[in-house]
Amino acid sequence: MTLLKAQARGIPTPSPSVHSQPYWDGCREERLLFQRCASCGFSALRPSTVCASCRGTSMAWEQSAGFGSLYSWTVVWRPPDPSFSVPYAPAIVRLDEEFWLMSAIIGCQADDLHDGMRVGVMFHPVSDSVTLPYFSPLDPV
Amino acid sequence: MHPHPFGDVAIAGVYNTPQARRLPDHTSTSIALAGAVGALADARISPGEVDGVVGPASAEIALELGLGPCTRRPSGLGIPAVLDAAALIVTGQCSVVVVAAGGAGVHTDATSTAPWTRPANELVVSYGLFTAAEFALMARRHMLTYGTTSEQMATVAASIRNNGHVNPEAIYFGRGPFTADDILASRMVADPFHLLDCATTSEGGCALVLVAADRASDTPAPVWILGGASDSFGPAYMVPPVWDFRARHGGECFGRVGAQAARASFAMAGLTPDDVDVAELYDPFSFEIIRQLETFGFCPEGEGGAFVNDGNIAPDGRLPVTTDGGTMSFSHAGVSAQQLQRVIRAAQQLRGSCATRQVEGAEVAMSSNGGAGALFCDVLLLGKERP
Repeated sequence: MTLLKAQARGIPTPSPSVHSQPYWDGCREERLLFQRCASCGFSALRPSTVCASCRGTSMAWEQSAGFGSLYSWTVVWRPPDPSFSVPYAPAIVRLDEEFWLMSAIIGCQADDLHDGMRVGVMFHPVSDSVTLPYFSPLDPV
Repeated sequence: MHPHPFGDVAIAGVYNTPQARRLPDHTSTSIALAGAVGALADARISPGEVDGVVGPASAEIALELGLGPCTRRPSGLGIPAVLDAAALIVTGQCSVVVVAAGGAGVHTDATSTAPWTRPANELVVSYGLFTAAEFALMARRHMLTYGTTSEQMATVAASIRNNGHVNPEAIYFGRGPFTADDILASRMVADPFHLLDCATTSEGGCALVLVAADRASDTPAPVWILGGASDSFGPAYMVPPVWDFRARHGGECFGRVGAQAARASFAMAGLTPDDVDVAELYDPFSFEIIRQLETFGFCPEGEGGAFVNDGNIAPDGRLPVTTDGGTMSFSHAGVSAQQLQRVIRAAQQLRGSCATRQVEGAEVAMSSNGGAGALFCDVLLLGKERP
């Protein structure tokens, strides 16, 4: 059995752009922010200045409650570089506010992961300036 | 129906340099250059006739071969580069175009995966994503939706690796034979992918020479472009690879990238999947073959696993797939050369010149590039006869 855990400091950290900075600022304050189009309600896969659905320019930041369902995952045993501790479980989470997020699952065994598993956000600092959102099971597994 | 103008373009020369885990005497440019020289010799065309070069090292090749002033297109991977070259010819901008690529001396840090597999984008980098994990996220969703199994994926990997096992030009020549159980027994990389479900990394170069139809008649073994197209949803490895995500209302989802390109290619050619004799499909990970077989219309959606289990992609099957060993066993020299090599192998099959796994009487061949985990997928149909 192998408990999935958050990574220690030393992993590669993001270089935010002017458009994504609000997202990372939110994470540091343990608030999960996402963009939604004020005109049509569409949420994009990454921060942008234009709505990919209605092509309007009214993308606005909102705060997520941080709950969602597991959509897909992998368990990595050979990391892209040695700074990562294995195993870890990159995952796509479908948040209840109907947006997709790339993250990783922690706080359970790799064998516990299953389609639609209810998960909640857990914030974990990986450097002095970067806090990462991870997700953990909401229900006992 | 008017014939598509690509019908006036032939692939007159193809060449693979030696492929190896390392080629210490080469750079990416010098091995691509060696590919260009070889492909011109194969076509029996003098370098002095070349008036266009396409590929990552196009400017360097123009300089080294003294081709200037000539047209160059520095961008373009694999099939898109071939389509760009064909467009240069049918629009009259060029008459003899070399498409070349190569990789050497790029992947030197053995503690990490190859640099081209590691995205640096801010939304994925801290989660330890790399190509195997990105494609695994697509494969997992297919397993959940359709019941596709690790054993079916292993059957793909064993089949392609066995094609490389018998190919003296493959870097893993003689490493098999493999059974599906051998694939499943290799160590896990990114579940569901074991080590032998994944492409290898290597070094090598290759090139093709494209010419207008009137020039092709003097070349020894031209093959013809019947159709081709490219699908992209966006930059690779920067956003979550969500199988079901649709960018357009009513359009194809991420997981079916390449479906529109395949339909367009078959329409251009006036053909259907039933007409394809051999498929040189891009094989970065075993699952991607199952996905492409469904996406290109060789079997219904969700039945790709059963299709490979029934022996269809084997050398004696209905649709032999990736007959030189592909990126798993033949070679995977970076981001570009191995994509062009799917086209080169398709041309060799139509010429009937493959020393191993030749599909007898092959008249129509399909090549593909990319895959769902990378959000792009390109399709090319080649024919033995001019359309």
